Amino acid sequence: MEIGLNHYLVLSTILFAIGLIGVLKRKNLLLLFFATEILLNSVNVAFAAISHYHGDLTGQMFAFFVIAIAASEVAVGLGLLIVWHKRHSNIDLDQMSSMKG
Amino acid sequence: MFEAIAFYLFAFLTITMFYITVTTSQALHALTALAAGMIFISAFFFILGADFLGAVQIVVYSGAVMALYAFGMMFFDTTRELKEKQGNKYIIFGLSVLAAVLVVLIFAAPMVSDNITALYPMTEGVGNTQEVGMVLFTKYLVPFEVAAIMLLVAMISGIVLASKQMDVSQTLSKDEPIQESKKGVTS
Repeated sequence: MEIGLNHYLVLSTILFAIGLIGVLKRKNLLLLFFATEILLNSVNVAFAAISHYHGDLTGQMFAFFVIAIAASEVAVGLGLLIVWHKRHSNIDLDQMSSMKG
Repeated sequence: MFEAIAFYLFAFLTITMFYITVTTSQALHALTALAAGMIFISAFFFILGADFLGAVQIVVYSGAVMALYAFGMMFFDTTRELKEKQGNKYIIFGLSVLAAVLVVLIFAAPMVSDNITALYPMTEGVGNTQEVGMVLFTKYLVPFEVAAIMLLVAMISGIVLASKQMDVSQTLSKDEPIQESKKGVTS
């Protein structure tokens, strides 16, 4: 019953697959952002597991930078969504097929 | 033994929560399930001995990111039922499995092929937070500062995008109530 590195990698892969299904399936842009958060978190789990089982701190450093990128992505993405919602009053992905603004 | 029990328990909970997030049709359920999943993800970090990373995960994700998403949910009025994209399910499933297998190969290929040695090995007798501080402020100082600049840019862009009438100065405008009250005091 020893938990090894492969357990964590398999878990990370399952979470990544769930997030990827969400990205492909969602039509509302807010819920598509939720799915991207799941993707980033699954990669963080893999980084922390590799960092633990190899006795190296580089994985945790990359996890920190991934968290910073996720936070800034949320800020910029929600700002853009607010601008879009003011103009078109919906945030459906199908309405964004043309880039005429 | 306890590590195995904790791993399987939190793995089950995390997968369940994220599955609810992806599949539910209510935006509120998706938000709460995502917040719970973030907390359960931090449990893995605590199991793996990355205490500081777990604390940062709780603070950043379930504090800041979830608050932003809650604001977005209230702003966008997503209380109604969500319509899903009507695509071919087999294509979506096949692409997801393919991409997941690709990720496993990316992670597993260097481990199988080569003996990895620790670049910055963990020092004995020092807590995780101190280790993180020592490595982050010596070896990763420049990426740390670049990340700080990136967060500043994101903050400014968020303010500029979400606010209105940024070209008109609010403090220099003529009809300001503070100046009127000041006039009333002097006269």
